[in-house]
Amino acid sequence: MATVSLAPAGDYRTTYRADTTIFPTRNSRIALWLGIALVAASPLFFGRYELSLLINIGILGIAALGLNILVGFTGQISIGHAAFFGVGAFASAWLHDSFHVPVWACIPLAGVITAVVGLVFGAPAARLKGLYLAIATLAAQFILEDFFARSAWFTGGVAGRITEPLILFGFAFDREETYLYVVLFFVIVMFAGAANLMRTRDGRALIAVRDHYLSAEIMGINLAYYRTLSFGIASLYAGIGGALYAHYLMFVSVEAFNILFSIQFLGMVIIGGLGSIMGSLMGAAFMVLLPEVVQSIADALAGGAIDRTLRIGASISYLREMAIGGAIIAFLIFEPDGLAHRWRLVKAYWKLYPYSH
Amino acid sequence: MAEAAPVLAADKVSLRFGGVRALTDVSFSVNRGEIFSIIGPNGAGKTSMVNCVSGRYRPTEGRVQFEGQDITRLGPNRRAGLGIGRTFQNLALFGHMSVLDNIMVGRHHLLKAGFLRGMLYWIGGAQKEELDHRREVEEIIDFLEIQHVRKAQAGTLPYGLRKRVELARAVALKPKLILLDEPMAGMNLEEKEDMARFIVDLNEEWGMTVLMIEHDMGVVMDISHRVMVLDFGRKIAEGQPEEVLADPHVRRAYLGEADEVTQPAEEVA
Repeated sequence: MATVSLAPAGDYRTTYRADTTIFPTRNSRIALWLGIALVAASPLFFGRYELSLLINIGILGIAALGLNILVGFTGQISIGHAAFFGVGAFASAWLHDSFHVPVWACIPLAGVITAVVGLVFGAPAARLKGLYLAIATLAAQFILEDFFARSAWFTGGVAGRITEPLILFGFAFDREETYLYVVLFFVIVMFAGAANLMRTRDGRALIAVRDHYLSAEIMGINLAYYRTLSFGIASLYAGIGGALYAHYLMFVSVEAFNILFSIQFLGMVIIGGLGSIMGSLMGAAFMVLLPEVVQSIADALAGGAIDRTLRIGASISYLREMAIGGAIIAFLIFEPDGLAHRWRLVKAYWKLYPYSH
Repeated sequence: MAEAAPVLAADKVSLRFGGVRALTDVSFSVNRGEIFSIIGPNGAGKTSMVNCVSGRYRPTEGRVQFEGQDITRLGPNRRAGLGIGRTFQNLALFGHMSVLDNIMVGRHHLLKAGFLRGMLYWIGGAQKEELDHRREVEEIIDFLEIQHVRKAQAGTLPYGLRKRVELARAVALKPKLILLDEPMAGMNLEEKEDMARFIVDLNEEWGMTVLMIEHDMGVVMDISHRVMVLDFGRKIAEGQPEEVLADPHVRRAYLGEADEVTQPAEEVA
């Protein structure tokens, strides 16, 4: 988006098509294909646990991207994102159990259902802004949580709902080694979709609403429509993420989608970088890997003097939560533009070295 | 120059905010192909009048017609589609977007691909549409001489360039009527001359009708076909620049005493 171009000297674009690519430089395209190839090859050298981390990053990354479209690109706020994630998870399971829709079709359909739910709860956004909108989305969080607990036909009630694995052409994607590819496919499709959106009419309209809504309106942009639409798109992403989550765990419980989870999504978006598409994935990766790092530090200290005095082993679950909170605060103070911005600075540093401009 | 059928007609427009009367019974019409200027002292209601035309404010009384259609109650975003574009007195660019994207936002009502076709991009024609409009937008960029900053972030540009980008964004709308709210405020002489040339070119070559608010009397007298003077929300004069300049009411309200008037006007001319 709007960053200083670091195209190497002599790299002249002679067509508008070449000038509007998502990945502007040759190196970034190579890095992209290399990254996809590495993830695709990871079952060869990763164990199940590491693969489950990758799958989690992908699923949460898709949902975080949705929230980033809402918060980072449109400048609105939602503290009910986890509830929409939950709607997607239950909708997919419900579609499969009640209507025998094949799972591969359930996932996108669950996204559409969640988008409709998101449009309904996003309707106040047409009139409310800032703190008032935050409270309205908080209401959405609690209404949906309550709905999950009460509507046994949809969620299985307190017992939760058991979901079926994704089966395509008789092949079951029911283990980490195989499900990884399902998530990888959706990550590519959803991220490409968002990148495309942001370089076309409606994506620009969303950013315009964020940057200066009064002049956006004069430019012919219908504010109420785009404010609500942004909730719809965010919910679409949350729903698809939730559906992927449901068919990965093969069990969905009603307690999973609480407000803490919503705050975690906000944390991912802030840490990754507001208004950055790749930042959403970076933020999700950070959120998934941070507890692992805390755990491995605790493991390394286990049995030592520090562990005995602070009793780290006993309080590890609290430490994880605290680390996430600490990370969000640290990012807000030291890098409010998130990991994506830091990454751009690193790239610029290497490109321009030994000069600073 | 001016033809008979008015593009814009305001009929007894009044605007009140509680007890404050911003505009009182202001009527005027702008003919096709004109450069029409509104002048007046600070707080006279010039921007309020333009806001009534662009839809930011709804007149308390009176009607605004655009090409014979009553637009008094029409939402501001619908007016862009009819062919009304505007710039703002205080810069109102989308600060975090590139200059190019800012101008492309101006094409909003001309582009057809919604969010689904946008997300699919390669399938469904969004790419082709984007590239077609990019070509036209580049013509505007060439015309306003901002090629060198087209990829720069709009919020980081110096003031004069930002004003020009804002004009480019309004021109991208393909407006029939373009409203310019103090296009030359805060500019140096060279920038003002450039801007005046752009406005005249827009009017003569691009065929746009211009409704302009401007304080620089030299520019107003030079390029306007007709001038309207507002004072305390009331219209006190309207006509050819020379007529208006000679009007004793106008002198008293806005321009000051006689010997102060003629000098600056001639200086710039």
